[in-house]
Amino acid sequence: MTMLTYRSGVADGRDSFGQTVRAEWTKIRTMRGWLIGLLLAALLPAGFAFLSRSGCAVSETGANGKSVTSACPGPPIGPNGEAVEDDFYFVHQPLTGNGSLTVRLTSMTGLYAAAGLNTTTGTAGWSSGLQPWAKAGLIIKENTTQGSPYAAIMLTGSHGVHFQYNFIHDVTGGPSSVKAPVWLRLTRSGDTITGYSSANGVRWSLVGSATLTGLGSTAQIGMLAASPPYVKATSAHSGFVAPSQATGVFDRVDLSGVSRSWNGVAIGGDSVNAPVDTGVDAWTQSGGTFTVQGAGDAAPDIGMAAPGGGGPGQSVDLDLVGDFVGLIALIVVATMFMTSEYRRGLIRVTFAASPNRGRVLAAKAIVIAAVTFVAALIGTILALVVGLHMLHSGGVPILPVPKLTLVRIVAGTAAVFAVAAVLILALGALLRRTAVVVVLGIVIFVLEWLLTRGGTLPISVADWLLRLTPAAAYAVQQSIPAYSFVPGNYTPANGFYPLAPWAGFLVLCLWAAAALGLAIYVMNRRDA
Amino acid sequence: MVVALHAEWTKWRTLPGQAWLILSIIAVTVGVSYAAIAAQHCPAVGGCISDPVKQSLLGIEAGQAVVAILAVLTVTGEYATGMIRVTFAAMPRRLVVLSSKAVVVLGLVLAVGAVSALGCVLAGRLVLPGHGFTPVNGFAAYSLGNSTLLRAACGAVLYLLLIALLSVGVATAVRESAVAIGVVLGLLYLFPILLLVVTNTTWHRHLEQIAPMIAGLDVISTTGLKSLPLTPWQGLGVMAAWAAGSLLLGGTLLRLRDA
Repeated sequence: MTMLTYRSGVADGRDSFGQTVRAEWTKIRTMRGWLIGLLLAALLPAGFAFLSRSGCAVSETGANGKSVTSACPGPPIGPNGEAVEDDFYFVHQPLTGNGSLTVRLTSMTGLYAAAGLNTTTGTAGWSSGLQPWAKAGLIIKENTTQGSPYAAIMLTGSHGVHFQYNFIHDVTGGPSSVKAPVWLRLTRSGDTITGYSSANGVRWSLVGSATLTGLGSTAQIGMLAASPPYVKATSAHSGFVAPSQATGVFDRVDLSGVSRSWNGVAIGGDSVNAPVDTGVDAWTQSGGTFTVQGAGDAAPDIGMAAPGGGGPGQSVDLDLVGDFVGLIALIVVATMFMTSEYRRGLIRVTFAASPNRGRVLAAKAIVIAAVTFVAALIGTILALVVGLHMLHSGGVPILPVPKLTLVRIVAGTAAVFAVAAVLILALGALLRRTAVVVVLGIVIFVLEWLLTRGGTLPISVADWLLRLTPAAAYAVQQSIPAYSFVPGNYTPANGFYPLAPWAGFLVLCLWAAAALGLAIYVMNRRDA
Repeated sequence: MVVALHAEWTKWRTLPGQAWLILSIIAVTVGVSYAAIAAQHCPAVGGCISDPVKQSLLGIEAGQAVVAILAVLTVTGEYATGMIRVTFAAMPRRLVVLSSKAVVVLGLVLAVGAVSALGCVLAGRLVLPGHGFTPVNGFAAYSLGNSTLLRAACGAVLYLLLIALLSVGVATAVRESAVAIGVVLGLLYLFPILLLVVTNTTWHRHLEQIAPMIAGLDVISTTGLKSLPLTPWQGLGVMAAWAAGSLLLGGTLLRLRDA
């Protein structure tokens, strides 16, 4: 006997993860309100960047007596493409080919305007004392133009001997208690520059060496003196920056046994923090003893963290603040993508069609992460293009950022928003209450950013929040690294985060993974 | 009207989870205020904060978000479940329904806001004098007998009431919880974000004058009042104008539209 069973001609519906993802994609693309939300997220940041237009111009009296307005001069650019500060006093002479300069730094002293500069008379009451990162020592530099490559061995105010080169590289040589007198030596062999120090001029120790490209066959070698400004905060939001200077006294100067005359030059001119006339020439030579007095610093430009709020350049991450307005729309969409299923009872249909709840949530997470990433990426790129254009046309100099850093800022911001959307989706699955989830999302991702970046919260509280909470991921937006050897006000309000970009992003990912795991666990155990 | 009020009150108090909402308003407001003052000492390395009273009421900036949830949900909760059609069938005069909802929310926020503000003041009183914010260091004594502190604390409660009204108006206009919350908080936090990037001082000042949260919170400032673009009460007036505008919009749409 044969048994005939009926078979429908319609093929079985495939029960695959791909189908679940496709179903979720269909849900999101057919809701007009959600599309509007995504569109807002992609367009609002550029609108904000447009509104934030600012201008910067300097007027000079031209040759014909008319005033000429031009864009603000930007900061000098270092050999690695970053903005730098390059102001110091340089007593130099050319050195062709290989050679070595040895000196004894017999004393290093400093002066600073402890009570600030009297702005009406331009005079200051000088107090003696060295700034911690005041510098006196030897330097070899391609030429006397700001931003040209260099390597230097120096004694600092209170950090001992350091070997620094090309603005962003620093090597510590010995304990920070080292004071003058100290012997210093700088040698050139091909493109390799090596710095040595010694307590007695007999036993030398190597501090550091660097290979400099672009030094040329003839470079300028000599003695430097520099001193970053004195910064005094009188309250949390006010204070002053006052001039300071350092004076180094050198003797036993020996440049490869050659004896020629020396020239003095203030690199960067008598600019921002020029030494104020204290009755001493910038450099003097008496017999074999040189006295060199200088102000300023040879260091990377740290933007708003620099004493007194930094130079004229604006950092690129400020163009991206509009992203956080778009983020509010993304938070609303991500929440509704989950909670509206519960409101309409659609969740029962969803689970009937695809009973594996973990798979449904994973599919939702993938879809919301993908659409949020795309919307945020478009938003961020548009904001950056518009913002940079506005700054450019307004004559505001921009602090240049290496290409890879720019990619990290743009793609990182979009990735942070995508993972944030997954976290919010998981919260929506856990709590099932639309309004609560939206507020949680806005408090975690927008308000916290506003309170920490806006400088409302005390720095210690802000730093801890940005280490532990999901908002730690905003570290991906930091455009300038913090340098241990450059004095600055490295706070969230100035764009510096307590964690490294990847570490901050990891904190967010851990939160999202934990929330998603908990949501799957809870969803599997409760009724829909 | 009394009947309508009674109905709204019954609806509100019989919903689950409302106690949590009330408790979290108080916890968030007092908690954030405490965090904001606990880390402050005077004299400090970077100098003292200039306005410890404002700092001790800073939790309002976070607590207002929960107040907005409470206010929005009283309106959109009914739209989510379709209950609104029953409500309008029972009470066809829509503006009466809207005003009784607003009154119930105002009563609740008045009570919760007063407790929260008192909690903040209590935290300030316990923490600030011990951290050096005393008349010796040039700060006014921190007690409710101090008229500026009293004004700031009462102003904070009034500010929360206006946030509630703003939220009710927006929620009536958009009828969807997530969107309403997004619009309310967007309105509040959008201006401070904009102010971070607007460098033109004239624009900056105008934005500070019209931004609901910034102008409204002028009412909790107690020092440097001369440098504020508005007086504390004018600032609260701006916030009131935003609340009135949103209620007007919500009320108009409620009358004109199908439920």
